[in-house]
Amino acid sequence: MKLAYWMYAGPAHIGTLRVASSFKNVHAIMHAPLGDDYFNVMRSMLERERDFTPVTTSVVDRHVLARGSQEKVVENINRKDKQEKPDLIVLTPTCTSSILQEDLQNFVNRASLNSDSDVLLADVNHYRVNELQAADRTLEQIIRHYLKDLNSQNIKKTEQPSVNILGIFTLGFHNQHDCRELKRLLNDLGIKVNLIIPEGVSVKKLKTIPEAWLNIVPYREVGLMSALYLEKTFKMPFVSTCPIGLIDTANFVRELNEKLHTFSKINVEQYIDHQTRFISQAAWFSRSIDCQNLTGKKAVVFGDTTHAVALTKVLSREMGIRVVCAGTYCQHDADWFREQVEGFCDEILITEDHTQVSNMIARLEPSAIFGTQMERHVGKRLDIPCGVISAPIHIQNFPLGYRPFVGYEGANQIADLVYNSFTLGMEDHLLEIFGGHDVKTVITKTLSTNSDLQWSESSLAELQKIPGFVRNRIKRNTEKYAREQNIKQITLEVLYAAKEALAA
Amino acid sequence: MNTKLNFECETGNYHTFCPISCVAWLYQKIEDSFFLVIGTKTCGYFLQNALGVMIFAEPRYAMAELEEGDISAQLNDYKELKRLCLKIKQDRNPSVIVWIGTCTTEIIKMDLEGMAPKLESDICIPIVVARANGLDYAFTQGEDTVLSALVHRCPLTDPLNSESQKPFTTIEKKKNLVLFGSVSNTVANQLSLELEKQGINVSGWLPAQHYTDLPVLNKDIYVCGVNPFLSRTATTLMRRRKCKLIGAPFPIGPDGTRKWIEKICVSLGIKPIGLEDREKKIWIQIENYCKLIKGKSVFFMGDNLLEISLARFLIRCGMIVYEIGIPYMDKRFQAAELELLEKTCIQMNVPVPRIVEKPDNYNQIQRIRELQPDLVITGMGLANPLESRGINTKWSVEFTFAQIHGFTNATDILELVTRPLRRNKNLQQLETIQNYVYLK
Repeated sequence: MKLAYWMYAGPAHIGTLRVASSFKNVHAIMHAPLGDDYFNVMRSMLERERDFTPVTTSVVDRHVLARGSQEKVVENINRKDKQEKPDLIVLTPTCTSSILQEDLQNFVNRASLNSDSDVLLADVNHYRVNELQAADRTLEQIIRHYLKDLNSQNIKKTEQPSVNILGIFTLGFHNQHDCRELKRLLNDLGIKVNLIIPEGVSVKKLKTIPEAWLNIVPYREVGLMSALYLEKTFKMPFVSTCPIGLIDTANFVRELNEKLHTFSKINVEQYIDHQTRFISQAAWFSRSIDCQNLTGKKAVVFGDTTHAVALTKVLSREMGIRVVCAGTYCQHDADWFREQVEGFCDEILITEDHTQVSNMIARLEPSAIFGTQMERHVGKRLDIPCGVISAPIHIQNFPLGYRPFVGYEGANQIADLVYNSFTLGMEDHLLEIFGGHDVKTVITKTLSTNSDLQWSESSLAELQKIPGFVRNRIKRNTEKYAREQNIKQITLEVLYAAKEALAA
Repeated sequence: MNTKLNFECETGNYHTFCPISCVAWLYQKIEDSFFLVIGTKTCGYFLQNALGVMIFAEPRYAMAELEEGDISAQLNDYKELKRLCLKIKQDRNPSVIVWIGTCTTEIIKMDLEGMAPKLESDICIPIVVARANGLDYAFTQGEDTVLSALVHRCPLTDPLNSESQKPFTTIEKKKNLVLFGSVSNTVANQLSLELEKQGINVSGWLPAQHYTDLPVLNKDIYVCGVNPFLSRTATTLMRRRKCKLIGAPFPIGPDGTRKWIEKICVSLGIKPIGLEDREKKIWIQIENYCKLIKGKSVFFMGDNLLEISLARFLIRCGMIVYEIGIPYMDKRFQAAELELLEKTCIQMNVPVPRIVEKPDNYNQIQRIRELQPDLVITGMGLANPLESRGINTKWSVEFTFAQIHGFTNATDILELVTRPLRRNKNLQQLETIQNYVYLK
C-alpha cells in the first residue's frame, strides 16, 4: 500500500479510452463499476467536446460480483453495435475487472459473432502499466489488428513523399495545436501527410498506413510502440526526435530529409536558416538584451519525458538559463530521460511522488519552475512563478488560441512562456533600486518552521526593502545562517553577514 | 391527466459520480477527521480530477493505494494499514480516521470491519469504516454509508450530564431532536434557528463539526433527515438506536421547508406558528425568478438523489417536469416527499412526471430529442454535448455543493436553475448567427 494524495499519470484504462475515443467511429465499453466513467466528464469538460464521448460502461454491480457478468457484457456490446454502428468496439478492462479475472476475451469472441463492428479486448494490465504506457500499447494493438492480414508485397507507396503522424490524441497537452504546426512544417517542406493517428482517423483507413514513406512520433510517451511495429513489419523508418525548440526542430527537419533521401526540392539548410532567423522570433529573442538578464537564473523542470527533456534543453542551450534540476514522473522510461538531459542540468529527479518534487523545489529555491499543474501549486505556496509545460493539466491548459509547443511557432510560444514566468528584467532591477512596491508586512508567509529567532527593528526594516518575491528567501537564508552561527538576535550586521556568506 | 405517481426502472447505464466523492465535503464538515480511501489508482484519479483545486489545500484525505502485492495477498493488509495510519497520526493527529472501502476492497474481501477495532486499540485513534463503493451505491449515497457508520459511535447517554442517567422524572422528559445530514455550518445554523423559532431545540447534528461532538442517540431521541439520500442512516438510527424517525418532506424550497418544520412540530406535539407568512414572503422574494421559468419544461437525468425534492419545488415554481431520473428510490424514506410531489402536481394542475429509477442515459437522450425540454439537469459528461445540440443544461452536481436548504436558500436554487435561461437572453444577438451551436 502507498499513501498517496496526488498522482501524475492516471490509471491504465484512461490511456486506452483516450486512444479509442480519438479514432472516428470507435466505441469503448468499460467493464467497470458505477462512477468509473469519469473519463467522459474529463473529455467533455477539458476538451470542451461537442459530441457525446463514445464510451459507455458495462456496469459491474453486486449481481455481477455474485454470478459473473455472464451475458451482460455481450449484450452491451451487441446493443452498442446496433445503436451507434461503430466500426470498432474496444472492450476496456479496469482495475476492478483485473481482479475479477473474468474471461473477457471469451465475451469478445462471442459478441463479435453477432455484431457488425469489429470487437477488440484492450490488452492492458491495470497493476502493471500506467495511463501513458496503456495508451501506447492500445494504439499499437489497434494498428496491428488492422494491418495483420496485409501483405507487405502489395503496398504501393505514395508518389510524393508522405508521412504518418503517430500519437496525436485526445486530452494530450496542446496536441491539437502541435498537430497543426507539424502539418504546416511538413507542408513547407513539400511532404504530404498520409494519416494522423489516432485523432479523427477511421480505423478503415489504417490499411493505408504503410503507403506513407515514414512515420513521425512527436511524443516519446505514445506512438513509439506502433512505430517500432511498423518498422519491423513494413520496413517503415521513423523519426522520433521531438521538434520542440529551435535546435531540435532543425534536427528533426534534417533527420526527415535524411530518411526520405529523395525529397530535395528545397534546400533544407536554407529553409532552417530562413525559419530560424526570420520566421521564428525565438533565436533573436535569446540574443536580445532582455534575455541577457535571464543568464544564469535558476530553473527547475518537471514533467513527462518529452516535455521535460525538451524544456531542459531549450532553457539551457537556447536561453542560457541554469536548470538546477530536471525530472520526470515517467519512471518506466528513466534511462532514456537520464541520457537525454545529461549535461543540461545539475541534478536529475525521477519520481512519482509529488512531495519529493515539492521538497526538491523548496530546497533549490529556483527563480522559476516549469512543470505540471502540481508544480504550479507548489510554486504558489513558495511564491515562485511556474509555467505549465506538461500533463497532468487543467482546463486552462486547453487554450482556445493557437499555442503549439513544436516547430517554429512553438519556439515563440515557449519563449513567451519562459519570459513571462520570470519576474523580470527591468522590473526586477527597478524593484531592487526602489525597495519594492509593497510595503505591507508580509514576512511570515513561509514554509520554514516558526523560528525562535529575534529580528531587530532595523533589520526588519531592511528586510522590508527587499523586493517581495525574494524576501522570503532572504529571510530563510538569514535565519539559516543565524542558526548555523548560533546567533539568537538578527541585527542589521547579521543580515549583511548572511548575504556575504551566501555570496561567497 | 395522469395524477398517480408511476415508477419505472431502466438498465442502470447512467453516469454519476462514485460515492467516494463524499470525502470531499465530509472532510471539510468534520474538521478533526481524516478520510483514508482504500482503493486503486482509479479511485485516486477520480478524486483528484473531480475535486479539482481542493486537493492542494492540504486536504485531510488520502488514498491508500493498493498495489499488486496487496491484491495477491503477498502483503499483510493489517500491517500495511497500520503503517499508513501511524503516519497519518504522526502528520495530522486527527480525532478519527474514516476508512472508505471501495470496489476493490469489496472484491478481494478485505475485512476492514474486522481490522478496524484491533488497529483502533493499537494506535489509539477511533477508526470508522464506511463501504462507499460503486458496486452498491451512487454519488451522494456515499455520505449515507459514512453517516450510518458514525451512528454507532454516537454516545448513548450524555457523559457530562450524568445525573440525567437516573430514571427520568416527569419534568426531565424534554423532547430531544437530532438532525442528520451533512450541510454547511451556515445552513445548519439557519435550520436550527428556524426550529428554535418554534420552540424546538436541536440537541445535535449528525455529523457535527467535530467528531468529538457527536450527538447523543437513544430511544428518547427524535431524528429527522435533511437530505433525501440518507435512507441507510435512517434505518440504522431506528433499528440500532431505537430513535424515533420523523418522516417529512425535505427542507428544499420554501414549500419543502415549511412542510418539514410543520411535520417536526406535529411529531413533537407543538403547534407551528407563523410558517404560512414566512413561506409567503419567500415566494414574493423569488417571484422574479419564477416568472422566468414559469411554463418551462425540465428533464432530470438523475444522478444525486436530490431529484424528487428539486422537481417538487420547481413544479411549485410553475415548471413542467417531464421526467425525474433517480439512481435509487427509497419509497419509504421519501414517502412524505413523494406525497407532497403528488399534491403539488394536482395543485399546480400539471401531469405527474414519470419517475425513472436506474435510468439509461442512451434512452434518456432519445427521449430528450423527442421532448425538447427547456432545461436538462444532468452530469457534466453529457452537458456540453447537449448544449452543442441547442439544449439548455444545468450541471446537477452544483445542487449537491450549493446551499439549497431552508427558506433563505430558495434563491440559490433558482439562481442555478435560471442561469442557462438568463445566459440565453444575454447571447440573443449571437443567436442571429446561424448555427453557432452545432445542430445535427
